[in-house]
Amino acid sequence: MKMLLDNIPEIPMADWINYGVGWITDTFSFFFDPVKDGFGAVLDTSAEYLSIVPPIIIIILMALVAFFISGKKIALPIFAIIGLIFIQNQGLWEELMYTFTLVLYASLISVIVGIPLGILMSKSNLAENIIKPVLDFMQTMPAFVYLIPAVAFFGIGMVPGVFASFIFATPPVVRFTNLGIRQVSDELVEASEAFGATGNQKLFKVELPMAKKTIMAGVNQTVMLSLSMVVIASMIGAPGLGREVLSALQRADAGPGFVAGLGIVILAIIIDRVTQNLNKDK
Amino acid sequence: MPVIKVNNLSKIFGKKTKEAQALLDEGYSKDEILEKTGCTVGVNRATFEVEEGEIFVIMGLSGSGKSTLVRLLNRLIEPTEGDVEIEGENLAKMGGEDLRKIRREKMSMVFQRFALFPFRTVLENAEFGLEIQGIEKEERSKKANTSLDLVGLKGYANQYPSQLSGGMQQRVGLARALANDPEVLLMDEAFSALDPLIRKDMQDELLDLQVKMRKTIIFITHDLDEALRIGDRIALMKDGSIVQVGSPEEILINPANDYVERFVEDVDRSKVLTAENIMKRPETVDIEKHGPRVALERMREQGLSSIYIIDRSRNLKGYVTADEAKRAKDDGIGDLNEILNKDMPTVDLSTSIHEIFNIIHDSPVPVAVTEDGKLRGIVVRGAVIAALADGNGVNEDATR
Ligand SMILES: Nc1ncnc2c1ncn2[C@@H]1O[C@H](COP(=O)(O)OP(=O)(O)OP(=O)(O)O)[C@@H](O)[C@H]1O
Ligand SMILES: [Mg+2]
Repeated sequence: MKMLLDNIPEIPMADWINYGVGWITDTFSFFFDPVKDGFGAVLDTSAEYLSIVPPIIIIILMALVAFFISGKKIALPIFAIIGLIFIQNQGLWEELMYTFTLVLYASLISVIVGIPLGILMSKSNLAENIIKPVLDFMQTMPAFVYLIPAVAFFGIGMVPGVFASFIFATPPVVRFTNLGIRQVSDELVEASEAFGATGNQKLFKVELPMAKKTIMAGVNQTVMLSLSMVVIASMIGAPGLGREVLSALQRADAGPGFVAGLGIVILAIIIDRVTQNLNKDK
Repeated sequence: MPVIKVNNLSKIFGKKTKEAQALLDEGYSKDEILEKTGCTVGVNRATFEVEEGEIFVIMGLSGSGKSTLVRLLNRLIEPTEGDVEIEGENLAKMGGEDLRKIRREKMSMVFQRFALFPFRTVLENAEFGLEIQGIEKEERSKKANTSLDLVGLKGYANQYPSQLSGGMQQRVGLARALANDPEVLLMDEAFSALDPLIRKDMQDELLDLQVKMRKTIIFITHDLDEALRIGDRIALMKDGSIVQVGSPEEILINPANDYVERFVEDVDRSKVLTAENIMKRPETVDIEKHGPRVALERMREQGLSSIYIIDRSRNLKGYVTADEAKRAKDDGIGDLNEILNKDMPTVDLSTSIHEIFNIIHDSPVPVAVTEDGKLRGIVVRGAVIAALADGNGVNEDATR
């Protein structure tokens, strides 16, 4: 038996994949290159502009957003003010702005792609059967693995970071959108059809409003995942708080590493609470 | 002319529908077919017509195919075979666009568990059908408000469904269906989720509304009492087939088969109720004292179209109709004897309501209840039907 297994020649899977990645990089360079340059510029400029704005203005704006979104409670705004002042105090403000930019764009793209994909999945069992395993694959494959082709496609910097984050963070919003729409009660769907709604009317007037909560729970998860990806993306040169953590790690310097980590936690809590509150009934 | 014509309409759930239909036509039962083919018979070759302005009740036990049948009528479920004609157009064969047009303009549906949109206010719910049609905001609010008024929900426009009781929620469902001003209203167990008292109220209200609207209503229920109360005609379903269609009277008197009979058995408490239980105090005119004028006046006061005539010792003499009394008055006739009808339905105190039912069926006037020739009470048609539908309640009413 052992003999038999040993007799099977090793399949050159890794070589194939290398070949595949190389082929994709070359063939689609007409797409990757402009994205790398154009989108890279957008990301850099956004982060730079944010860094120019005096921190105090951003802190006040964040506090106001937190105040109104959390239904005029003061706990979240106070936390935001103290947390952000702490980050500024530690000299991590610019890093914070870069991280924020990265998370913002990455989750935006995930949501913009993810929700329509989820809708498609909810409408067609065939689409569901195809997309589901792909999502499983995206979620279970260790993140480091697709950092490598990300670099091949987009070089180093923020763009491959967004790409890696997209792969890592999109599945929840797709899944939740699909689930939310499929969960809408048959009777409500029947009611809209009985009144002569078209497919689009049914979707926009009944299904999406009914699924809104579930979809927003998915959005929340997607945003949190893309934030967690930011640390990993620093390995391929994405600037921000993650890079501080990484360089502290390389220097085995616990203090600064912990401080930068704390900054990520603070940002995470603010973003989490804000996106969660978007979901609550006012 | 019938508004809806259903011809040979079938629905078989499952993959091997052809095979199942063939077995069905050979006379196999629903269970046998499920076993042989894995297909469920939803509706089996239903054929019936619904006239304009009537309440057509479809009744049957759970699983008999009522919901499937009503959903075939607006094609929420695709028929396996057969035709559904709405005002001459065959719904079963038309394309999506035409079908939507029919659903938007001609038929609306009311659902068992209301199916209101929880994120919309009462008004926005009532507006839904109009919104789907693309009607301007202003006009649709106006129409929706009118239909909310109609169902007694004035002032609730800005509440959300979750803030309303079950009965009120179903009124919203009704208002939403009426806002389109459809010709046909499909109601699938619309009142079944309501508790019994509210349910009676809603039945009465539907009947009141129906007097104003004259819609063609297809009403689904599994409850014979409800069917008898509101149905102009009743279709009984069993295992997907329609086993009998008829007026409430016909169904009660002439059950088509054992199945119907068993259904109706429930109502057989009617055998123990007698005329005495359901009669009411008669309006009368004393022939020895009064003439056509008084008779006419009394009928007008009480809103009657005929009145019983007695003598001083309450012996029943006959009845006069309003038309005749008026003619007599105009012609200056003073004696009631000249216009007296003596051919009236008469029963004893102890006559069972089942028998009364047969008598009252084709009688133009209420049945007179007499004892030794003296008028003791009258029985109106409604009381008989109500008693058949609902023994206990009437008992109390009548002896009050
Ligand atoms: N989508 C479906 N797929 C398969 N079978 C179905 C489907 N819908 C209904 N059926 C079957 O068709 C038959 C008729 O169901 P239907 O819902 O019309 O009954 P009903 O008379 O409305 O019962 P109830 O009083 O419980 O509402 C049942 O045997 C049911 O199991
Ligand atoms: Mg049903």
